[in-house]
Amino acid sequence: MRGAKSAKWVACAITVTLAATACGGGGSDSSDDMNKGKADPKGIVTAQLSEPQNPLQPANAKESQGSRVLRTVFSGLVDYKPGSTELENINAESVKPNKDSSVWTIKLKPGWKFHDGTTVTAKSYVDSWNWSANVANNQTNSSWFADIKGYEDVHPEKGKPKSDKMSGLKVVDENTFTVTLNSPVSYFAYKLGYDVWAPLPEAFFKDPKAFGQKPIGNGPYKFVSWDHNKLIKVRKFDGYKGPNAAKNGGIDFKNYTKADAAYSDLRSNNLDWIEQVPTTALTNYKQDLGPRAIDQEYSAVQSIVPAFYSKQFKDIDPKVIQGLSMAIDRDTITKKVLHGTRTPADSFVARGVLGHKDGALGDVAKFDPAKAKALIKEGGGVPGNKISIQFNADQDHKPWVDAVCNSIRKSVDVECVGDSKPTFQADLNARDNKQVKSMYRGGWVLDYPVNSNFMRDLYGSKAAGNTSGFSNKKFDDLSTKADKAATLDETVKLYQEAEQILVKEMPAIPLWFYKVNSGQSTNILGKIPYGQDGDPIFTDVQVKQK
Amino acid sequence: MGRYAARRLLQMIPIFIGTTLLIFLMVHILPGDPIRAMWGDKAADPAQVAALRHEFGLDKPVWNQYLDYMANLFQGDFGRTFGGREVVDVMSEAFPVTLRLAGLAIIIEIIIGIGLGAWAGLKAGKTVDSGVLVFTLLVISVPVFVLGYLARFIFADELGWLPPNVQDSTDFSQLFLPAFVLAMLSMAYVARLTRTTFAENLRADYMRTATAKGLPRRRIVGVHLLRNSLIPVITFIGTDIGGFIGGAVITEGIFNVQGVGNLLYRAIQTSEGSTIVGVVTIIVLVILLINLIIDLLYAVLDPRIRYA
Repeated sequence: MRGAKSAKWVACAITVTLAATACGGGGSDSSDDMNKGKADPKGIVTAQLSEPQNPLQPANAKESQGSRVLRTVFSGLVDYKPGSTELENINAESVKPNKDSSVWTIKLKPGWKFHDGTTVTAKSYVDSWNWSANVANNQTNSSWFADIKGYEDVHPEKGKPKSDKMSGLKVVDENTFTVTLNSPVSYFAYKLGYDVWAPLPEAFFKDPKAFGQKPIGNGPYKFVSWDHNKLIKVRKFDGYKGPNAAKNGGIDFKNYTKADAAYSDLRSNNLDWIEQVPTTALTNYKQDLGPRAIDQEYSAVQSIVPAFYSKQFKDIDPKVIQGLSMAIDRDTITKKVLHGTRTPADSFVARGVLGHKDGALGDVAKFDPAKAKALIKEGGGVPGNKISIQFNADQDHKPWVDAVCNSIRKSVDVECVGDSKPTFQADLNARDNKQVKSMYRGGWVLDYPVNSNFMRDLYGSKAAGNTSGFSNKKFDDLSTKADKAATLDETVKLYQEAEQILVKEMPAIPLWFYKVNSGQSTNILGKIPYGQDGDPIFTDVQVKQK
Repeated sequence: MGRYAARRLLQMIPIFIGTTLLIFLMVHILPGDPIRAMWGDKAADPAQVAALRHEFGLDKPVWNQYLDYMANLFQGDFGRTFGGREVVDVMSEAFPVTLRLAGLAIIIEIIIGIGLGAWAGLKAGKTVDSGVLVFTLLVISVPVFVLGYLARFIFADELGWLPPNVQDSTDFSQLFLPAFVLAMLSMAYVARLTRTTFAENLRADYMRTATAKGLPRRRIVGVHLLRNSLIPVITFIGTDIGGFIGGAVITEGIFNVQGVGNLLYRAIQTSEGSTIVGVVTIIVLVILLINLIIDLLYAVLDPRIRYA
């Protein structure tokens, strides 16, 4: 393991030199016009994938790889319109709350079929959710159903489930069902856009395990085959009735373990889309690919989080954290160290999310060493005058952690070091066991595009995503009030107020928003459109006619 | 000979138990909880984590897990991956790929290595000899991944002669580049070894006798010299087979070959104990068997060596 790791590092250095020499002859395809030519509706897109960790069951796809495939095979009730925060009905005719948003009535568009010919009914949804929420079925995403009444019966904290049905789910007729929630959630419809809420056909329940190897969905693509560690094939489903029918003939998801290999294949047109340009090629991929380079922001944020249970930050004056935030030169680091692959964050909520407010962080996100010093002094200084930032060394975090530390050291004379953990697992372990000494690296990608997802789910005292021990009563109360608000607009507004509490309390220091740095081959017509989660909208990808 | 083979086979049992136990313990002390890691940055659901840990038997003490594992292994059950697949299935996809890669590498190693070595040995002290010396030293001193990236960059990215990655592992033209890179290091050693024994044996008495008898040069070199010089080379190549299977991690990574190396790499990253132990167990068995075969072959190749 150690050998392989160190080898990786040196290999990177080598590719840097190689890439540098390659720069001389770069820009090879820049004359190629990717908007010219006709689309081939039967053309196959080849896309990068790593082997999905779990079987292809909708509620089991926590990691991005499996869910990338599942999203093509299944269609949910609703989806988010790309580039906007609007909801669009897909399989749903309507999703309507009662007065206080605690009971939701969902009507389906009639006549939808699964790929095996059976009809998609209200029961397909209810059965699917009941099964997926059940703790005995070991679905990693089961907690998504926690809003529904009766969740504790199928998913108790300890022991066996009392029931295999949630009392909150009721089938009204073939195309209608109601969902009763534990307490009002005005943005419940937004949550329904996530993969876990997909319907399941009868065939699933006969043999869930076999189904996971060969899923049958109701989506724009039919699942064809899964050649493990090599290839997953999906093809256009001609009977698809949704608004997002495929504009290509299908997708071949090819397996790659290393970004380098995928990038190499992209350049030689053996692959049409890659997930992310390898770090070593970041400086010159735009020259290499010309207009085919993809550089686009998506809704994810990186921050550094103080461990509030630690001695150092237990009774800290938030002014100190504000000061540290102002000691970080986000502009220079994102440009120089991260090669423009991130944009400086100016709020807790990422862009492209309902309720995002430009500049919500105000001065706190501005680089101002003098004011930073003053704030830290006012707040009583950093205990021990030294902080450390915990990160995992198996991903490319060290360069920016060093840069952030440098910036802090230079501007406010606080000693700062990186605290590296060998693997992501070890990093998570330290966070879960409350062993972080000072601060840790945090990241968050949107689940659903409402600002609550970037606040309550992360900083609420009892939020599952809260691993720092942050707790603020005012914020909790306001969140609860926001969730129970009568309309979505009101919820979003209240959460914007809550964001201002966070600016004063500083549960974390947001650093920057993520960008997709990717590329496409010459086989693709036009630019590949992206969703807010940083993944392509595969149904809209067009292949050039040969 | 029979007793020797039997003893060697018996010796494999403690080695087998020892290695599996060691690997099992090592996987266990890898930092972090692989089940928890499935949730990533997002918070894990404790009830579900507990349920999954129970399913994979990770809530038992290590010794108990090991005993369970061994008991299952003797029934031919290698366990399941976290994704719920049989480890046997996963391995039976990966091993043939690596075997093909290693096989091709060995052919390349034999042809080029012995060829270069013999050529240099016959012309010992001449320019050719120094040329081969410089070349082999260069190959030995440059790490495999450098060679790998360099080869891919030159032959695939720039010249476009070969595909940069292996799409189909049954297509030998695609496997050629990674096999060549995998073979490079051993090829250099084989060349050095062949060159030395050739140069040495050229001065041996039986060579002088053969020349004095007036045998044609082709026969002297092809039969007398070659046969005697190849004994150490063949044993070296033999030990290499095991090395190739275990050592393909880097090469497979560079060229995206979905073989044992890549499988092991991924399994270690996700701390998937059942896969790691399974793969390493098979590699250990392969290496032990090959070593046994080589040791037995010694006696066949050189009648002076006899086992009691």
